[in-house]
Amino acid sequence: MVQDAFHIIMQAQADYARCIDDDRLENWPDYFDDPCIYKITTAANHREGLEAGIVFANSRGMLIDRVSALREANIYERHTYRHILGVPSILTQSGGGVRSETPFLVARIMRDGETDIFATGRYLDLYRFSDASAKLAERIVVCDSSRIDTLLALPL
Amino acid sequence: MSSNTAATQPLAWPEGLSRVPYWAFQRGDIYRDEQRLIFQGNCWNYLCLEADLAKPGDFRTTFVGDAPVIAARDADGEIYAFENRCAHRGALICLDDHGSNKKDFSCVYHAWTYDLKGNLIGVAFKDGVKGQGGMPATFRMEEHAPRKLRIALVHGLVFGSFSEEVPPIEEYLGDAIMARIERVLGGRAPVVLGRFTQVLPNNWKLYMENVKDSYHASILHLFFTTFEINRLSQKGAIIVDDSGGHHVSYSQIDRSAAPDTAYANQQIRSDSEYRLADPSLLQGFEEFPDGITLQILSVFPTFVLQQIQNAIAVRQIVPRGTGRTDLNWSILGYAHDTAEQRLVRLKQANLVGPAGYISMEDGCVGGFVQRGIAGSPEAQAVLEMGGVGADSSESRVTEASVRGFWKAYRAHLGF
Repeated sequence: MVQDAFHIIMQAQADYARCIDDDRLENWPDYFDDPCIYKITTAANHREGLEAGIVFANSRGMLIDRVSALREANIYERHTYRHILGVPSILTQSGGGVRSETPFLVARIMRDGETDIFATGRYLDLYRFSDASAKLAERIVVCDSSRIDTLLALPL
Repeated sequence: MSSNTAATQPLAWPEGLSRVPYWAFQRGDIYRDEQRLIFQGNCWNYLCLEADLAKPGDFRTTFVGDAPVIAARDADGEIYAFENRCAHRGALICLDDHGSNKKDFSCVYHAWTYDLKGNLIGVAFKDGVKGQGGMPATFRMEEHAPRKLRIALVHGLVFGSFSEEVPPIEEYLGDAIMARIERVLGGRAPVVLGRFTQVLPNNWKLYMENVKDSYHASILHLFFTTFEINRLSQKGAIIVDDSGGHHVSYSQIDRSAAPDTAYANQQIRSDSEYRLADPSLLQGFEEFPDGITLQILSVFPTFVLQQIQNAIAVRQIVPRGTGRTDLNWSILGYAHDTAEQRLVRLKQANLVGPAGYISMEDGCVGGFVQRGIAGSPEAQAVLEMGGVGADSSESRVTEASVRGFWKAYRAHLGF
């Protein structure tokens, strides 16, 4: 089972990253269960137990709203991400799902080509399995730094 | 324009308040003057929350302009602040963001030690070793200390000033601004729910202009407008204090009013059919008896208190050079929040910050200006919406509070 969960999560995360980096944001909420928790926070806030996120959602609907706001409401300069994901560490497995932690590095490519390391951190995940697929019941994105350059538009 | 040329030619500010020369956002000499005449001049600067220094021994490092500052609560229960700069050779005294149970601060370089009031209380090897070395007999510890700041407390906000001449904070802010701080923080115990720093690619004044600009709010921010959090035609007003430097912009949703057509007629992209899949984001609770659902308040030079529905935050703006600014967000709740109310705040925090539905654009637009003006230091911004004055107004289709900022700025810089 460990082997299976590991590979299913690897595949799910690779798909998740491609979805964002290929600008198929409309599919991004599909990687989550409903209800779900998605939060982007910082290592300092996480360590100190401060609850508020830079982004916080507790339903798939709120994730859908994120995407439609980015598409229709918010104004920002065109840019893309490149997610580089590390190998997930399976932390615990139970009937409630599988908890894992995965390090990430995200480069941001602005429309003029300027490329920076935008964020590094780790995903703290709770996956739920049905059939051969895994959905995120919870993803806490813990950014290593407390500094966000200019804005955080696209999801991590 | 090279700064060498500029040094020999006194800069002239255009007449009136309706023009701002772009060199004000670009020049290193102006930036240095601001540090001296504003941040270290006759101004009150936001340092931190009282809640950050709840117990004796609590401390937090912060900034007043470029100057690093330590704020701490001493064993006597009082709050003190002093420059985070060792009186010996200038190193940072404290290398932590915050902490508790502090008895003293010891510089890592040569272990010069300070109490929580900023007094020098120890110098390593002061009397030498085995009769050799040591400080001269004339050395007096009480003659050496980092600069101390005056402290003023306003409803849980801690302000500091390097100036001995700055008026008392009540006078500095005026009654109208004091009352508007009180309606959000008075008698309530704020709790920090999260902190983030947004790094802005622009001069600090471009962010302050944006905060004070009630003209842009419902045009640039579609999210604001479509969900009727803020419509210019709704009940609301701006308050500009006599100095011009402080402002309040507020609105009250009038749910009984007929939908207005001003936006549709302007063909501004603010009007859309956009609807939320999960509207719980905006389902808040009645919190303030006056029915004000939005209040943005700024204190000159670099402090913002925000209430957008139940999303409460303070913002500290820290200049980092002519073209770079740190925007420090503290997302707040209150100690008396129920679990349901706290969840509302966590959801509504999506409105603000680096990923905020209604503040995301504010992080970029200053950079658009900074880049747009790069080749035109002598050109000028035009601030004529709502006239050329800096007075309070029942209309928010005005740049009066932006002009007010420049009125106060020029008074401090002598322009």
